[in-house]
Amino acid sequence: MLFFILRRSGVMLLTALALTFIVFFMTNLTPNLEKLAKSEASVRMSDDQVASWLDSHGFTRPLLARYGEWLGVVPGWTHTDASGRVTGRCIAPDRTTEAAPARCGVLQGEWGQSTVFKRPVSEILARSLGHTGWLMLWVMLVMVPTALLIGVLSGMREGTTTDRVLSTFAIATTATPEYVSGVILIVLFGSATAGISPILAEWGWISGRTLFQGTATSAMDKITFWNFGLPVITIALYGIGYIARMTRASMTEVMTQQYIRTARLKGVSFGQIIVKHALRNALIAPFTVIMLQFPWLLNGVVIVETLFNYKGFGWTLVQAASNNDIQMLLACSVVAVLVVLVTQLISDIGYVFLNPRIRLS
Amino acid sequence: MDPLTWPLILAKMAVQFLPVWIALGLTFALSWHYRRRLGLYGKLFASSVGMIGFAIVMFWVFTALFADLIATHDPLAQLSGMKNALPGTPVKGAEGTWYLLGGDNLARDVFSRMVMGARRVLIIAPAATVIAFMVGITLGLPAGYFGGKIDTGLSFIANLVLAFPVILLFYLLVTPEIRVTGIPTILAAVLFLFPVIFVAVLLNSRYFTNPARRNLYVGASLALGLWAYSGLAFNRDPTGLWSMDPNMLNVFVSVVFVNAPTVFRIVRGIVLDLKSRDYVAAGQTRGEGPWYIMLWEILPNARGPLIVDFCLRIGYTTILLGTLGFFGLGVSPESADWGSTIDDGRRLLAIYPHPAVVPALALMSLVLGLNLLADGLREESMRD
Repeated sequence: MLFFILRRSGVMLLTALALTFIVFFMTNLTPNLEKLAKSEASVRMSDDQVASWLDSHGFTRPLLARYGEWLGVVPGWTHTDASGRVTGRCIAPDRTTEAAPARCGVLQGEWGQSTVFKRPVSEILARSLGHTGWLMLWVMLVMVPTALLIGVLSGMREGTTTDRVLSTFAIATTATPEYVSGVILIVLFGSATAGISPILAEWGWISGRTLFQGTATSAMDKITFWNFGLPVITIALYGIGYIARMTRASMTEVMTQQYIRTARLKGVSFGQIIVKHALRNALIAPFTVIMLQFPWLLNGVVIVETLFNYKGFGWTLVQAASNNDIQMLLACSVVAVLVVLVTQLISDIGYVFLNPRIRLS
Repeated sequence: MDPLTWPLILAKMAVQFLPVWIALGLTFALSWHYRRRLGLYGKLFASSVGMIGFAIVMFWVFTALFADLIATHDPLAQLSGMKNALPGTPVKGAEGTWYLLGGDNLARDVFSRMVMGARRVLIIAPAATVIAFMVGITLGLPAGYFGGKIDTGLSFIANLVLAFPVILLFYLLVTPEIRVTGIPTILAAVLFLFPVIFVAVLLNSRYFTNPARRNLYVGASLALGLWAYSGLAFNRDPTGLWSMDPNMLNVFVSVVFVNAPTVFRIVRGIVLDLKSRDYVAAGQTRGEGPWYIMLWEILPNARGPLIVDFCLRIGYTTILLGTLGFFGLGVSPESADWGSTIDDGRRLLAIYPHPAVVPALALMSLVLGLNLLADGLREESMRD
């Protein structure tokens, strides 16, 4: 078991290095750097000026060296200009040239400065991850129990009307991406001219103009049911269908097993069989699926935060990517890649723990 | 003229879709009549879920085909006074024409744009899925069959791509700056090579024992394939028949790139399962080459799950294309594709919902149809 975890962690580290290098390469392509130079210094720079700006800011060093600098394993660049002033990667305004450390990269905890937000990347990242954390927490609290319930209820008695209805619902939700369900939900519940809000307002049942709020901006200060409901449901819906279908498949399989029949023949009641015998075995497969659902949630988070204007991780990623904020984008991709890889690792290890039939060696 | 009421709008729309109804009716009548001779496709008509899914999918396929007949207005024309018009508003100055589903914020007809958007989605999504399948199959078969170093290497690369968050990948791959560097062209050059290799190897292994026919078939397929390849990947087709708009190429390549690793994993898994079967051992004893066994013994037996996944994957690709449009990546502002129309419409969502809701429902119904179709196919293919 220990060897398995060690080997998996090794592969994971390699993957993370490869992925961050690819992102580094893609964000540091020459056109991006030229755009950065023009946006940082002056839009009307000539090509020569752009080249010298890039040179004096350490962007003309070999790609691998720059990646090493960013990672913090290679000493940062320094540049002495004509007047003898020394600038460098690790020389910040509040740090003298002598006090500056040789290496400053991600490993030293220095994520650089965001060009869009004009703040340290780590500060922006921490704040946005905090916002997204709340969103994810509520999504999980809504999605997992609902999906498992639907899956168990429809897989319990295969082929019944309940099963048909719930399965159709599950298929329908997997066919509805977040940008579709979000739009429809806003129109239904968060629009002053369409959906149910005008009717409710006319009847005097709601004090405001809409039932739910169509944006989640106010949820960044204080989360309430009315400003957070729609984004959470939008993300959860897409995941519910998939998890429910997996749960249903594993539940139907378990229900055909010999020991379920034995229990029935012994005279155990149906409810007892489900709770005591079937559920434990039926929930192993969905566990993996739920863990592997995290990368998908990341997608949903980006779409929903953009749609509902909630300034979390996804919104930050979109801002960084569309405004050529290289350091911010790199930091976002590190987080995203880590989330994906760690959940993969947990799902693998968890699967082995939950299913004693699997022997590793 | 008064605005139309909802029943009238629906009736007018039904009339506009007349070519689709006729084509749909013919398809169903013919398929129903010959269903016993049509194999898996015929069996589809035994399951109601599959039939509903098939009907929805074919509805959109025919809509894309007859889009010119169905659309009531030019999807790019901006008519004065029709900005954010509500559904059923009569067009000013033109007697007897309406904006059936209203106008968007640039005063274009939402209905016509939705119909025209179907065309773009239904060209790119299936084509990209086919290419992704060819890449996945060409790499997945040897990975599963030979195992060893090939498998380890290819699996590592596939997992690498899969560990990338899709949206981040799109933002990195589909930007105007990236086109300057030529990365999409390089990706296209690699990915578009696989269909050519696939067909050539397929024919070569089949007619290996008959050199005359082999040379003819492989030569012809290579000539045709490389001709298309030169046009699609490099835009250097001398006759100009094969070409692809750089924007479209960029989108197309990134969608294939995202999908191919999943197909690879599925094919590899199936091959690992099937290669221990007796008929594979029999083929090996007969002295059949590894590629003949992979392509002509294993692949036909893996078709069930692959066809099902193909349907699901077209739906998934449609969702991906919509995501790209939603973030405004790789599409021109006039483009009528559903994702970018949803994005355009969402800015005024709370006041004028119709420009965003119409393409949203269209996209949802198409993906739902594909999912139902896949479900029906899975049910029927498991029966034999």
